[in-house]
Parts: sequence; C-alpha cells; structure tokens
Amino acid sequence: MSDHSKTDVVVHDGSDPLSVGEKDLDRFPNPGLPEHKHRLSDESEAGAKRVERQIVILFVLSLLASIGGVVGYFVFPLDATLGSVRASTLSIGLGLGVGMLGIGVAAVHWAKALMSDVEQVDERHAQRSDDATRADAIQALKDGADDSRIARRPVLKGALVSAVAVAPLAFVVPLVGNLGGDWNVRKFRYTMWGPGVRLARDPDGGLIRPEQVTIGSVWHVIPDGLLGSEHMLEEKAKAVVLMVRMNPSELTEAPERADWSWDGIVAYSKVCTHVGCPVALYEQQTHHLLCPCHQSTFDVSDGAKVVFGPAKRALPQLPITVDDEGYLVAQSDFHEMVGPSTWERERYSDLPVSDEEKAH
Amino acid sequence: MVKALASARRHRFAPVVLMLFALLAVGGIYAVAAPQAAVADSASQDDVTEGEKLFQANCASCHGPSAEGRTDVAPSLIGVGAASVHFQVSTGRMPMAANAPQAPEKGVQFSTEQTAQLAAYVASLAPGPAIPDAEQVDPALGDAANGMLVFRTNCAMCHNAVGAGGALSEGKYAPSLFNSTPTEIYEAMLTGPQSMPVFNDENITPEAKRDVIAYLMEQRADDSSPGGANLGAIGPVSEGMWVWIIGMGALIGASVWIGAKSS
Repeated sequence: MSDHSKTDVVVHDGSDPLSVGEKDLDRFPNPGLPEHKHRLSDESEAGAKRVERQIVILFVLSLLASIGGVVGYFVFPLDATLGSVRASTLSIGLGLGVGMLGIGVAAVHWAKALMSDVEQVDERHAQRSDDATRADAIQALKDGADDSRIARRPVLKGALVSAVAVAPLAFVVPLVGNLGGDWNVRKFRYTMWGPGVRLARDPDGGLIRPEQVTIGSVWHVIPDGLLGSEHMLEEKAKAVVLMVRMNPSELTEAPERADWSWDGIVAYSKVCTHVGCPVALYEQQTHHLLCPCHQSTFDVSDGAKVVFGPAKRALPQLPITVDDEGYLVAQSDFHEMVGPSTWERERYSDLPVSDEEKAH
Repeated sequence: MVKALASARRHRFAPVVLMLFALLAVGGIYAVAAPQAAVADSASQDDVTEGEKLFQANCASCHGPSAEGRTDVAPSLIGVGAASVHFQVSTGRMPMAANAPQAPEKGVQFSTEQTAQLAAYVASLAPGPAIPDAEQVDPALGDAANGMLVFRTNCAMCHNAVGAGGALSEGKYAPSLFNSTPTEIYEAMLTGPQSMPVFNDENITPEAKRDVIAYLMEQRADDSSPGGANLGAIGPVSEGMWVWIIGMGALIGASVWIGAKSS
C-alpha cells in the first residue's frame, strides 16, 4: 500500500473551505442553503386536498386511456384497408401513451406536491475503508490464489486462459461469416455487360437505337437479358448505366477512349465511386451528374471526372457501339471495377477476367 | 365489263398502272396514318404575326431578334416547339427576372392568348414538340402503378419519390410537382426545360408519360398519406426538425417541470 492513497479521498469536516483563505477577498462567502419555503399543500389542509384530487384525476385519466386502448383493439379490427390500420394503431397508441403518461405525471406531481420536501443534509461517510479491512481483503484474495495452486502450476493457468480465449470463436466466427454471405469482392470486377450485349431501357427492357437518343436526353440503361435473369437485383446493382447524348463538339474524350462513344452518345456506370449510391441527377445544360447522397459531382462531357465532392475516381465508362441490326451494344465489359473504392480494387482491376469466372 | 378487265390484265402497260395505284395507296395511307408534324395546328397566320411582335418586345433582348440565341446568355429557340414556349411562359418561368442558374416559377406575364401567339411564332420557325391535347394528359386514362415504375427510374432522383422536389448543384433545384398541371408535366418531360434532361417519346412513350401524370395526381389525393401528416414529404429534413424542435422541446419541458420546486 502506498502512502499517497491517503490523499485519494477528501473528507469534509463541515468547515467552510472557502473561508480558509481569509486574505483572498475576491471570493464570495458560501451563501449556504436558502431558507425553506413551505408549499400551499403544507400550509393548508384544503391545499393538500386539492393536490390529492389532481393526482387522483391523473390516475383516473390513465385508467380510462388504458381501457380505451383495449376497447380500440376490439372496435377497430384490422382488415385489408389502410384506414383500419390507421384507426387501430391510433387508438391503441393513444391508449398506451396517455395511460403511461398519466401514471408518470401523477407520480411526479405526488412526489413534488404532497411528499415531504424539507431539505435533509446527510453527510457522506469517508469512502476509504480502514486499514484493517483493507489488509483483510488483500489477504483473502491471496489465500484464494494460493488455494487454487495457480501460481505453482503454470500449465493449469495456460490451459484456463486458452480455453476461455478460444471459446467465443464458436459463435463469433459464424456471426461474422454470415454478415455478408459472400466475401468475394472480385465479383465487382465484372458485370453482365460484354461484347455485343444490347443496351435496354430501364424499367421495361426495350432495346435502344442511337437515333432515339436525342441530344439533351438521358436514358437509364440495363443490359438486355437482365429482366427475368436469376440474380436480377444483384446484377442490376452492378450493371446499371446512365446514357446521355450531347453535341460531339461539347465532348472531351481521352485519345484511348475515342471510339468508346457513338456520335456523342456516352454511357457511364450509375454507381457512385464514393460509397455506391446511384448517381443520376443529370443537369442537361452543364452536363454535370450529381450524386444525391454526398453531392459528388461528375462532368459527363469530360470522362465523368469528379468536379466536386468526396468521390475520388471518375465513373467507369461503358464502351458502346452499334450492331448490324442498328441497336446500341456494349463493346466489352467495364474496363475497371464499378462501385466504391475498396482496398482490393486496384489489385483486381489489373487482373483479366476469364469467361469461366464470369459465367460462374 | 369483267371481260374487258380480264383482257386488260394482260396488257403490257398493266404492271405500270398497277404500280402507280400501289404507290398512290401507300402515299395516301402514309399521309393519313403517319405522325403529324409537330406544330401548333390551330395557329393562324395572324397568331404568328402577333407572336412575333410579342417576341420582339419581350424575348428578343436575350434570345436574339430571330430567336437564334446568344452565346452564354440564352439558348436558341429554333426548333424548341410550341410545348416548350407554353411550358416556360404559362408557368411564369419566362421571361426570366434575372440571368440566374435557376429560372423559378413566378407570376405569369402573358395572357393565355398571348402565350398561344408566342408559341405559334416559335413553332413557325422550325418543327418542334406541340402542346399535348387533353387526352394525352388525362390522368384518368393512365396506369398509376406503371407510372410509379417509370417515375422512380427516371424522375425520382431529382423530383423526390412523390414529386416534392429537391436540391441540385450550385443553387439550382428540381421544383415540386404538387402544383403542376398535367399539361405542364407532359411538356416538361417532352422539352427538358432548364437543367432537366429531355425524355422524348422513344424513351418514355406518350402512354408512359400519361401513366407518370396519373401517378403524380394520385399523390395529391387526400388519403395519399395514410400515416398521418406527411410533413411536406421531403424526408429527414422536416422529420428531423419535428423531432429536434417539438420532440426534444417537450422532453426538455418535462425535465424542467420534474426538477422545479412545487409552489
């Protein structure tokens, strides 16, 4: 036991600590407790009776509301209409709410207005136990440790620690493992798009010809064949594309992507590179594409580069062309991973995707 | 008679005559059945003349004396059609009060007749989308469920899931659709006013446009919010304000009351 532990607890002996420094004239004297004022209910029996009545009324109100809630359950049975749901939940909710609130308000009012409110000072006893009790406690712990033989048998200690440390794994591992179900992040490297996959209109799946895409219009595009496919929502979440047409003179294209557009029609992934919201607020005059979640803004006329907001990468571009029958088709899949940045993104983006993996 | 026809069938000019008849038939059917060129059809030459006068007096300072537009000031109006003029002028968006990012809806500056004359003049410059007729925008003929699908895919990201409107970048915003007429909604989809992209008839078919109108009109019904007050249907902003000001205020009031001395 160290000596400084005695100073851990300050014991007030009732003397005013502020009056100690008499020389310090800037300090206020301790004003002490204000004079006790009696309440109306303390001073007159009539006042106390009135408070009692108020409390009884509050309890009765609660009682009536609770009964009303139960009655409401039977009076408004749930049927197929929204009106019945509204009537039922409203009556039960009001009954419960007013029932609970009545009890609470009555109890507080009772405690404040009727129970004694005379200030009572109860000095706190010293928190530190006396030395003998402390020594006894330490001795009891030591005796217990000796009795368990743990200090003299290290193998026992190791076995205990190992068993306790490993036991939680039996539920932590399945818990974490079931979180996502699928930990294959590489799946974001490929989508349903591929050479010759036709562009289709979301939501009805109609095929698109380039002459239908007039300047200034915006099309929400899904791959043809998505509707009715096995994992439709998962595939749609990866493959959604936003397609716009602008005057080719307004379009700035990187030389290596010069043939990715078709006469001013460009198609970009609709999944934000920040955290994956659908970026779809297209401003026709500025060619800016705004993400509603965190205001990342992409310039569709300039490779969908980020011009504002927290996103760090341009939206992946879908290379498009027109097939023999005159429909817009993809030249290939996206050339990089769609969706938000992950740690594995760059590693996976460089690896080629085999057809078997994609088919799987 | 029948005999004469039978012998004429073998005449050496018969294929030529038949071909002429066939061409005439195709041309005639096409003239009747083909989509009408999109111009305000009821406009007379007087309307165009009056519209041009109105245009010169009210619009030409920005859009140019022949509606050809001025770089960085105002776009060309050649080919925007009557629908665009009707939308912009009948909602008070045009003429703009100032050159700003947003052209807000404001007091209408022209009478219905003057608006029609302006539309007739602009439509006479080049073919463009016409003002839709009553049947094209009748919500009773639309399928609100399909309208919701189309609206959710194409419109909800800017105009909110029920059309309450929302913010865009740099002070621009997508306006609320709660007070727009079916004709205005149709014209906006067709012409893409200001920041809004164009949704032409190939992208959203005329029937789907009417479905969208039906869906939006259903959002205005008295029982469209079965949960009670919808607080403007703008989501977490108004709901958060309600919770923080009214809800937290009530809790603070209750705490003060519990802690206060009784008199």
